[in-house]
Amino acid sequence: MKAVCWMGKKHMEVQEVDDPRILNPRDCIVRITSTAICGSDLHLYDGYIPTMEKGDILGHEFMGEVVEIGPEVKKLQVGDRVVVPFTISCGGCFHCSRQQWSCCDNTNPNAALADTLYGFSGAALYGYSHMMGGYAGGQAQYARVPFADVGPIKIESDLPDDKVLFLSDIFPTGYMAAENCNIERGRSVVAVWGCGPVGQFAIRSAFMLGAAKVIAIDNEPERLRMAEEAGAITLNDDDGDILDRIKALTGGRGPDAAIDAVGMEAHGSAYDNVKQALKLENDRPYALRQAMRAVRKGGTLSIPGVYSGFIDKVPFGAAFGKGVTMKMGQTHTQRYLRPLLDMIEQDQIDPSFVITHRVPLTKAPEAYETFAKKQDGCIKVVLDPAA
Amino acid sequence: MGNRPLLRYSLRNMKPPTLASPKGPRRRAIPSRKGLASSKIVVAGDQGVKVCRSVTIMAPAERLYAFWRNIENLPRIIKHAVNITARSDIESHWSVSAPPGGHRVEWDALIINEEPGKMIAWRSTENSEIPNAGTVRFEPAPGDEGTEVTVNLEYNPPGGKTGALLAKLSGEEGGQQVAEALRCFKALIEAGEIPTTDGQPVGAPQRKHHK
Ligand SMILES: NC(=O)c1ccc[n+]([C@@H]2O[C@H](COP(=O)([O-])OP(=O)(O)OC[C@H]3O[C@@H](n4cnc5c(N)ncnc54)[C@H](O)[C@@H]3O)[C@@H](O)[C@H]2O)c1
Ligand SMILES: [Zn+2]
Ligand SMILES: [Zn+2]
Repeated sequence: MKAVCWMGKKHMEVQEVDDPRILNPRDCIVRITSTAICGSDLHLYDGYIPTMEKGDILGHEFMGEVVEIGPEVKKLQVGDRVVVPFTISCGGCFHCSRQQWSCCDNTNPNAALADTLYGFSGAALYGYSHMMGGYAGGQAQYARVPFADVGPIKIESDLPDDKVLFLSDIFPTGYMAAENCNIERGRSVVAVWGCGPVGQFAIRSAFMLGAAKVIAIDNEPERLRMAEEAGAITLNDDDGDILDRIKALTGGRGPDAAIDAVGMEAHGSAYDNVKQALKLENDRPYALRQAMRAVRKGGTLSIPGVYSGFIDKVPFGAAFGKGVTMKMGQTHTQRYLRPLLDMIEQDQIDPSFVITHRVPLTKAPEAYETFAKKQDGCIKVVLDPAA
Repeated sequence: MGNRPLLRYSLRNMKPPTLASPKGPRRRAIPSRKGLASSKIVVAGDQGVKVCRSVTIMAPAERLYAFWRNIENLPRIIKHAVNITARSDIESHWSVSAPPGGHRVEWDALIINEEPGKMIAWRSTENSEIPNAGTVRFEPAPGDEGTEVTVNLEYNPPGGKTGALLAKLSGEEGGQQVAEALRCFKALIEAGEIPTTDGQPVGAPQRKHHK
């Protein structure tokens, strides 16, 4: 089959590789019909995630048709149409039983690596470094899906792929980011840093959860425009001090909640660019610093943006001094599949709004570049494995 | 230097499994163990590598104990190539290939104490290439949510050429082996399988190494 392989920094390659096969009794094999490139993949593309190896198959936002099931798979059958969540979870551990799916104990074969770095390993993820499990990803024609009964959600309606594909990651991620804000219906003000796909879903989810006002921050005009279409007040961070403008928009009190949907590659700070390039710092937490300072006293900081390691000059005193609550982490994707699918089916949201580019899988390397450089108004790329 | 006290098979940070203790009604005496003095010194105190690792598993202690007590189950949770043959209810023969070079190290182990559903203690017999002793304990986790499984192991990495081969098995490495086995045990019980990616597709250049 064809698969997108990581071949080093800014070097992706479509290769002919073996088809996946069932390796464990709870596996299934999915023939992929749609797959996407995520902002998280850009951290791999730009070489900031440790423990990648040349030849690793990428991709964690995919859906398709079940073509083979392992002997212990009970809920799925060959022919089922499924969306696969990017978090691989066992369903039987302490964390799974608490719906903390991205904290699953039992899916990372390389958990010892993560233990060393983080103290404990979270759930394995598809196509996201050896420390995170080393599982082959879904930017391919087929994928092996472990714990087939726990992750994939069956799509029984005839909704097109475009509408349900993002249940795999960015819709639940944006939704959980908003849910973590403890929004009070009709009263809360939420500020969102980053208007990439995750930011877009966070903005829309905040409104669905009842936010009175959403302020969206980025410097990409197309992305700001998309945020505006959702009803957000937008701020271009190229146009001057963000903190002053947010204060002015919130009656001097600051937003009740701040969402960092930017993560480890924020623009705006020469200091972090240099430190990250010299490997003195893993992440560039520029947006995080702003969000920490902007959020109101007693407010909530919700962090869906990915951080991988150590960060510098985080104004922890600001968070402490204001009594801020922080919530973060990989999304507990499985928790949101059913409720969000219901919302899509009831037409409360059509997630396909975010798609700007559709290209054949074979054009993935070029698509990565376009997405990374935000050329051509690119916000979200969907790859077609059949084309 | 002189004489530092020698440790018995039991480790400092665990309750020594003794034959004589009349603790609890479930304790079962193992007849064939009678000839073995519980004071047998297996690992000298100043030489042994000590390892203590613990994991919480969402299953009742009895089930976990039963798995472990059937010694021939253990290779299922040990990633390292190991052969274990039960010679009797309490005796087993262990054969491990030590990297690099795949040299085999063998020893016999004896279960020297056990409390059904709670604890198993073992030690190697005389003249083992890797003298070792240990216990595994099964204790209810707080709120009775699962079982804390704790392994205490002490072993003597042998000297000579075997020593060189086994240097990798010593210290933290030994701890990692135990931690890995406990992790696999947990996955096998809770998830029904041990996670793996062995045999999945990969792109070049990894593909070359695979074939
Ligand atoms: N927690 C999770 O489970 C999870 C899941 C998916 C994605 N993510 C992470 O969420 C983050 C966003 O993902 P995405 O797909 O939207 O990526 P993206 O790269 O498309 O979007 C990031 C956006 O942030 C903007 N940005 C950069 N610096 C900024 C700054 N200083 N202030 C304001 N905006 C700034 C960029 O212009 C861009 O529009 C990434 O870190 C990604 O890894 C996390
Ligand atoms: Zn993602
Ligand atoms: Zn789990």
